[in-house]
Amino acid sequence: MATPVSTPEKPKTAPAPVQPEAGGKPVAPEEGPAFDVRDFSLWYGARKALDGVSIRIPARRVTAIIGPSGCGKSTFLRALNRMHELTPGTRIEGSLHLFGEDLYAPSVDPVVVRRRVGMVFQKSNPFPTMSIEENVLVGLRLNGVKDRAFLQHRLEQSLRMSALWDEVKDHLKRPGISLSGGQQQRLCIARALAVEPEVLLMDEPCSALDPLATAKIEELIQQLRLRFTVVIVTHNMQQAARCSDRTAFFYLGKLVEFGETRGMFTNPSNPQTEAYVSGRFG
Amino acid sequence: MTGLMGLSSLLVIAPLFLVLYFLIREGASSLDWNFFTQLPKPAGEQGGGMANAIVGTVALLGMAAAIGVPIGVMGGVYLAEYGSARSNYWLRFAADVLNGVPSIVWGMVVYAMLVVPFKTFSAYAGGVALGLMMIPLVMRTTEEVLVLVPQSYREAGLALGIARWKIITVIVIKTALKGIVTGVLIALARVAGETAPLLFTALGNNFWNHSLAEPIAALPLQIFSYAISPYDDWHRQAWAGALVLMMLILSCNVVVRFVSRDRR
Repeated sequence: MATPVSTPEKPKTAPAPVQPEAGGKPVAPEEGPAFDVRDFSLWYGARKALDGVSIRIPARRVTAIIGPSGCGKSTFLRALNRMHELTPGTRIEGSLHLFGEDLYAPSVDPVVVRRRVGMVFQKSNPFPTMSIEENVLVGLRLNGVKDRAFLQHRLEQSLRMSALWDEVKDHLKRPGISLSGGQQQRLCIARALAVEPEVLLMDEPCSALDPLATAKIEELIQQLRLRFTVVIVTHNMQQAARCSDRTAFFYLGKLVEFGETRGMFTNPSNPQTEAYVSGRFG
Repeated sequence: MTGLMGLSSLLVIAPLFLVLYFLIREGASSLDWNFFTQLPKPAGEQGGGMANAIVGTVALLGMAAAIGVPIGVMGGVYLAEYGSARSNYWLRFAADVLNGVPSIVWGMVVYAMLVVPFKTFSAYAGGVALGLMMIPLVMRTTEEVLVLVPQSYREAGLALGIARWKIITVIVIKTALKGIVTGVLIALARVAGETAPLLFTALGNNFWNHSLAEPIAALPLQIFSYAISPYDDWHRQAWAGALVLMMLILSCNVVVRFVSRDRR
């Protein structure tokens, strides 16, 4: 059942019993929401890019954000860890809480927000001057972690979580950019996971990858949802259908519909959603 | 048309060969081991060298780099990473004006600033004059190479919760390091041959310099004073000095080529 977004204060989520979701694996019962976004609007200068978005993104689930180009989905994703602030002249209204904490409170340092909410980008971007190992550990090292045993442990753990360990364990000192495109993207995921964020945002992480590399990343996302909250922006509706638990459909800066992925794709409640997911526009 | 283009490009590189041809023809015969190890001999005596001037030029360049590199690089980082559009406009304007300031003017300014108050010409004053000339050169090249570092690396760093200044120092500058080193070497090569800013500052010295607070010899100064002398022997020495200076600058440029070569 798709939840209409008009009543975000009373979410009809929280199906307590363990149930199989997308991917067919049973997952832990749903907790409170990771993100609680209320009436959130965002302007680039005079242009309103997000218009009154209210959504509760569940913890330890994969939430896919779909919609046509320019609908505000990437802007919304970047607002979740305040990356949009890199663009000068932005302004927001409304509230955005992560596990009950207001991410936009004046006392909150955006650097700390981004440590809690990691991000993987459309184009893989390992640091070109660093080896595979240095790339994974850079977030910890630059934040003052020096304990070598801990770093070594986290290196292996992160690379295992991103399903890259077996491929690179024998040449960790090679430059990160010597890897293939799909491996580079998984290296970026390992790098983001190494700082142990609570949430991982992914901005079209597979759009530059071939189908095999894409399949690997999607499999990886299924693993990640056991430990992290994942929000993924995608252009690819099959991908959203394959690997997400919830789907949010954005159109013209508004959240049109948000609900369980299966419901959204088989029985969307909004005619715009239906037109989009059935491929009639977008 | 192609022929005309070919001719123009020949005309572009011809001066380089002219310079090298004359320097080698006139200077090579006076170049020997003594030239690099001995002090200048008094007029009328055969032999002697420019060892003090070669060391002096290296010392002056060292001091110039100590001033010009940190200030220039920091200015470039500010332009590329921090400055607002408005402040950058004025900073770039100032740097471009400074790049166009005639080098003799730098000499006079430093003369008034350091030589007059301390009542002595000194190596320090010469180093400061060259260092000031380097600042805008290093600043603009640093800015240019930092702007070339893709924004995605800065974003990746920020998304890891790394503070901005750490991203800039550890990731962005490191990525652009080759370009920054290239800019520094080009600026050094540019000021290495400057004579005018040294005339009123370092002054020149026919002997070894024992304190940087005293006048110091430099290759361009030595070439200048030998070239305007009435002695044939000194003229030959001036040619040899010019050849050595040219080789120094040329090797700077070769190192630049080597450093900026793409490994992939």
